[in-house]
Amino acid sequence: MNRELLLNFAIGLGLPLVAGVALLLDEPFVVTLATRVAILGLAGVGLNLALGLGGLVSFGHAVFFGIGGYAVGVLASHAQLYTPVMTWPFEISGSSSMPAIWLVAIVASALAGLLIGALSLRTSGVYFIMITLAFGQMAYYFAISWPAYGGEDGLSIYVRNSFPRLNTLVPFDFFVVAYCVLLCAILLFSRVAISPFGLALNATRQNLARVQSVGIETYRLQLTAFVLSAVITGLAGALYADLNRYVSPSMLSWTISGEIMIFVILGGVGRTWAPVLGAAVFVILEQWLGGVSEYWQIFLGVILLAVVLFARGGLYGMIAGEARHHG
Amino acid sequence: MTASLILEQLLNGVQFGVMIFLMAAGLTLVFGVMGLINLAHGSLYMIGAFASAAVAAFTGSFFWGLAASLAAAAAAGVLVEALVMRRLYDRDHLDQVLATFALILIFSEGTRWVFGSFPLYLDIPEVLSGAVPIPGGGQYPVYRLCIIFVGLAVGVLLYWLIHHTRLGIRIRAGENDREMIDALGVNISKLYTAVFAIGAALAGLAGAMVGAIQSVQVGMGEPVLILAFVVIVIGGIGSIRGAFIGSLLVGVTDTMGRFLLPEFFRLFFDPAGATAAGSAIASMAIYLLMAVVLIFRPSGLFGARRVES
Amino acid sequence: MDDPVLELHNLSKSFGALRVTNDVCLKVERKTIHALIGPNGAGKSTLIGQIAGSILPDSGQVILDGEDISNVSVAGRTRRGLARSFQVSAVIPDFTVLQNGVLAVQGSRGIVYRFFRPALGEGAVVDQARTRIEAVGLADREHVPAAALSHGERRRLELAMATALDPKIFLLDEPMAGIGTDGSEEITTILDGLRHTAPVLLVEHDMDVVFRLADMVSVLVDGKILATGKPAEIQENPDVRRVYLGEDFEF
Repeated sequence: MNRELLLNFAIGLGLPLVAGVALLLDEPFVVTLATRVAILGLAGVGLNLALGLGGLVSFGHAVFFGIGGYAVGVLASHAQLYTPVMTWPFEISGSSSMPAIWLVAIVASALAGLLIGALSLRTSGVYFIMITLAFGQMAYYFAISWPAYGGEDGLSIYVRNSFPRLNTLVPFDFFVVAYCVLLCAILLFSRVAISPFGLALNATRQNLARVQSVGIETYRLQLTAFVLSAVITGLAGALYADLNRYVSPSMLSWTISGEIMIFVILGGVGRTWAPVLGAAVFVILEQWLGGVSEYWQIFLGVILLAVVLFARGGLYGMIAGEARHHG
Repeated sequence: MTASLILEQLLNGVQFGVMIFLMAAGLTLVFGVMGLINLAHGSLYMIGAFASAAVAAFTGSFFWGLAASLAAAAAAGVLVEALVMRRLYDRDHLDQVLATFALILIFSEGTRWVFGSFPLYLDIPEVLSGAVPIPGGGQYPVYRLCIIFVGLAVGVLLYWLIHHTRLGIRIRAGENDREMIDALGVNISKLYTAVFAIGAALAGLAGAMVGAIQSVQVGMGEPVLILAFVVIVIGGIGSIRGAFIGSLLVGVTDTMGRFLLPEFFRLFFDPAGATAAGSAIASMAIYLLMAVVLIFRPSGLFGARRVES
Repeated sequence: MDDPVLELHNLSKSFGALRVTNDVCLKVERKTIHALIGPNGAGKSTLIGQIAGSILPDSGQVILDGEDISNVSVAGRTRRGLARSFQVSAVIPDFTVLQNGVLAVQGSRGIVYRFFRPALGEGAVVDQARTRIEAVGLADREHVPAAALSHGERRRLELAMATALDPKIFLLDEPMAGIGTDGSEEITTILDGLRHTAPVLLVEHDMDVVFRLADMVSVLVDGKILATGKPAEIQENPDVRRVYLGEDFEF
């Protein structure tokens, strides 16, 4: 078994192990931290699809994260008040069931991904980075200035939404939900990465003109990848809002886009489990350094800088060596 | 709505645009010459504002503060260029984004460490504190007119610098071809440092001037940075002229949008709804402008149309 | 035999004041290797770009097998039967030889939007890719990443990818560029065989190769077609000799 596979198992089994042991030791806070890692990792898996496989450096993934969050906030608040979300052209009522909310989060972030992707993919390289960042900021300011759903103050979700047969208010139960969603996304990512679609997408990252000249429309290909990526990150946003029982424009802020990118790059771009490792390290640093100093982000900055400058390939690159050749 | 009110808003828009231009000019120069996308440009703006607020408070002179902002931002720029950026020129954009994002964290938290989380305030100097009458019967602050003037002057200066000086020739050569500039025997690392320092000083200047109308606080740079990106997307990467026109477009669109859209919606909705809808749409106006430009000119108004080599 | 596979009608293109393609008309007949020669800067690569669709001409048409493809995208032109190789070797560097081949077959068969089965598990696709790779003599290099191939091997891989597209015409931009004499012999043989599968429009600098392989030769000078004819005619053409080859040039 090679080291990459070993590391995958270590992360994949380590996370539920930590949550399980914390449950036995009655440390609900640690369970919640593990849940946070799973959810943030999920957001990173989403970005990794666009960034790692497709080479699309999106600095606007907070949009989808936030849309997922607002799907929860809006539907749950209407469910609490027994008012419909909209009545025309068809009626949508509020909901407090996670699967129903996830569906809405998926559809909404797919539409947003389609719109932002369709415009941003008209360009490439550094333009793409700036444009995705700008659209992210647009969504942020819109959320702040639109008063119907709390504006700058955001929305509180008084009772965590429900999942059939589980009591989501119990930290471990909610961890199980989040972890299972993460596993599904990981499975999806690993299948897509070696599929015909993934092969072509991977090729666009390396040589766009070559891919066009074998008869593949790269714009459509990249747009599909971008939407898929948006959906996964949107789903993560929905879970995150439920974790915190709160959603606000800060979920849409550009720093969230940056953090999601950190998970991916700290872990190792393009590697299946890397965003989860990146998220885990991020959460641990946040807890540990956050306890040492109020200004822990200085240290985060220094570590990040060191990783970019000296440890290319992220933690996965350091531990498991260079990425295996695709497929 | 009177003519003087509209004129005042228009001037505000120009002043806002001119300030974004000071940021966008440095960014676009650095990108054009070194191929580097620098997210930490907003931090240099913040450093300029803090330096000017601190020095002005210490010396009691706004102008000492202004000088300090230029010096501090340029020094920070040179330092960052020498320590970090140099290693990034040949890297891909992803590495550049991430490394400069890391710099933002360091600068922001470092500033918070030194100055605390509370905003600082910078007073407008006595000589510039009045208002002058404008056509239509209104008054307009002298200080804001000064910002407009400084911005325009910087624009002219940059134009002159790029088209009529040796440094400018080198900058233009560097934009076209890095090897050519090597062949010309130009010391490329000095050139890069110089360009970076100029860009940094302009960002610091912008931060110091704005510091007197808004509060000086950590995180003030990034929203302006993102606006500068919008400007660059609209104007075209590497084009100072594009940055100038893009900045004015963005500044005026944003200010006039916030001013006119709620008024406009008042024709259809009740006042509260109109304000809400108007301000929500206005907050998106410049991004919609960017989207429209992208649809018709994917490489910006003045960007070089990419030619396949 | 007036049933050309590819026709160019009055193609023109300017970059600023520079006219790089000037009213070019050209026909490539079936079962031929049609060479396009010309001095450096004559506009050969720009012309290839316009045929492939990566550069849009200011005016004129490109007709492929009777269909006007002037407004079709690069990928669309490939799907309609136009296979291009690049002047600077263009393969996917991190992919193995086989993966490169599979990518080409996927493109030609329109198999892209499949998300759940491994690309290398699609039997028919992989078989076809293997056949093409064997045909250029890279069978034993199947699992080597393209980046680790020698220059000549990479050029052969590119030809394999082009043939994997089952095109109506090959558009080859200097397939010999940058390889030594021993490598060029192998590629010449491959090219010679290509004309039985589809006609070739070949841009090439090596005059030996051109006159050994080509059935027709067109000479492009300053963006204009100076002459088109059989190799022997071109060799004797006084205009060609004067303008392009120099008065006392010997083939």
